[in-house]
Amino acid sequence: MRIVVDFDLCESNAVCMQIAPDIFEVRDDDFLYILNETPGEADRVRVEECVQRCPKQAISIAED
Amino acid sequence: MTSTPRAVTIVGASLAGLNAAEALRRDGFEGPITLIGAEDHPPYDRPPLSKQVLAGDWEPDRAALTDAEELQEDEIEARFGLRATGLDLDARELTLHTGETVGFDGLVIATGARCRTMGGTEGLEGVHVLRSLDDCLALRADLEAAPQRVLVVGAGFIGAEVAATARGRGLEVSLVEALPTPLGRVLGDEMGQVCAEVHRDHGVDLRTGVGVDRIEGDRRVERVVLSDGAVIDADVVVVGIGVIPNTEWLDGSGVEVDDGVICDASCLVADRVTAAGDVARWPNQLFGETMRVEHWDNAAAQGAHAARRLLDAGVGPLMPVPWFWSDQYDRKIQLAGRVRPDDEVRVVNGSLDERRFAAIYGRAGKITGVLGFNRPRHVMRYRALIEQGASFDDALAAEF
Ligand SMILES: Cc1cc2nc3c(=O)[nH]c(=O)nc-3n(C[C@H](O)[C@H](O)[C@H](O)COP(=O)(O)OP(=O)(O)OC[C@H]3O[C@@H](n4cnc5c(N)ncnc54)[C@H](O)[C@@H]3O)c2cc1C
Ligand code: SF4
Repeated sequence: MRIVVDFDLCESNAVCMQIAPDIFEVRDDDFLYILNETPGEADRVRVEECVQRCPKQAISIAED
Repeated sequence: MTSTPRAVTIVGASLAGLNAAEALRRDGFEGPITLIGAEDHPPYDRPPLSKQVLAGDWEPDRAALTDAEELQEDEIEARFGLRATGLDLDARELTLHTGETVGFDGLVIATGARCRTMGGTEGLEGVHVLRSLDDCLALRADLEAAPQRVLVVGAGFIGAEVAATARGRGLEVSLVEALPTPLGRVLGDEMGQVCAEVHRDHGVDLRTGVGVDRIEGDRRVERVVLSDGAVIDADVVVVGIGVIPNTEWLDGSGVEVDDGVICDASCLVADRVTAAGDVARWPNQLFGETMRVEHWDNAAAQGAHAARRLLDAGVGPLMPVPWFWSDQYDRKIQLAGRVRPDDEVRVVNGSLDERRFAAIYGRAGKITGVLGFNRPRHVMRYRALIEQGASFDDALAAEF
């Protein structure tokens, strides 16, 4: 599983960071950084929750 | 006595309803799930309806929240185009507008809200509200027909976004607000004034402290007469004066309704019945206050919470800090918390002049809310302080 963020849609509101701070981080420059682009299967449920809860629908999961 | 349902039926197939269904599957619920919705479309996202879709930047399919294939994969039985008209809690049966009755075991009520309308405008072409995809496409077609002037009634968040999107299309826009300052009753006068200036900066003809007397026209709207006697020629009118929760179908069912479906702190309405989203009113124990929240984030989170509560009586109270965003022109406005217009307000980052700032609200020594203009990260940081019940002084001293 690979995390893809559409940065044209992302508005850095850190909803994902609240769910998975070890994977997503909004830094002082107000940009979102992906700390771990290819998390393991154990993280799937949390990442799916991020996909679901991102109000801009900016996060998707690529299976490659 | 409360037991665990073997099957779950969800009425209202939008954000809250879909999140309820998907949360059940994510949690491993294997029983049947039925999603019943009045609209013909599969669930779609509403925020783009006043922004990208209305602007013409997105085609409607980009706002889809799911599709038939995904629903099938999750084994969610989708029944769209069906309106529930009655609920019998003893027989555990729903009645649909077709006359069909549908039995249920567990039930999530997620019927959301609809727009308040202005009487006397029925059948007059060019007069719109904006709630559904169909509303959006009808309004979009009217905006594409190069109207002379768009008049928006109500400068709340939806009205403000419609005004901004119409300006973005290069149209002339009047925005009429009954309050002396837009959003004054939500944000207070000082911050409401900032919102007013943003509209004026973008060339909107903003009229405040004045109501709408009449909307006139023959077959199609031609002009709007304001309470101060002013007459504005307009060939498109958008009425954005708030919403009403969709609860009529519960009349006589024994479900308690008072400006929303009354729930307990965990979203439970009755035995094996919960409610979520714009339709639900529940005591948020974090604030010691009963609330009905009309925001995206709440509908998504409460949908999931209400579904989980059905399966597990151990699921506790729902206690979020309400939060929403509104995109207007190039501003991303966000508000978190429960603010009152007479709360103390302090700018803690950026400046009002630049229209890039975070301001926090306080009452009785506590931080109650945070407003951000293009300051999403600050909003989330202060939101965390609100959740922790931080004092106003500590919030003022915090540095992010
Ligand atoms: C144009 C627009 C822009 C918005 N922008 C933002 C934004 O920028 N930020 C933000 O935080 N929030 C925004 N919102 C608010 C957000 O979209 C709502 O809070 C959210 O849609 C609520 O979801 P819900 O599922 O509770 O209810 P709804 O979305 O109202 O859905 C309820 C569904 O139930 C169906 N239904 C009703 N009665 C019945 C019945 N008897 N039987 C069967 N089905 C029924 C309805 O047809 C509807 O499909 C916006 C809303 C609109 C309309
Ligand atoms: S939740 Fe979505 S919009 Fe918000 S920071 Fe994460 S990716 Fe960006």
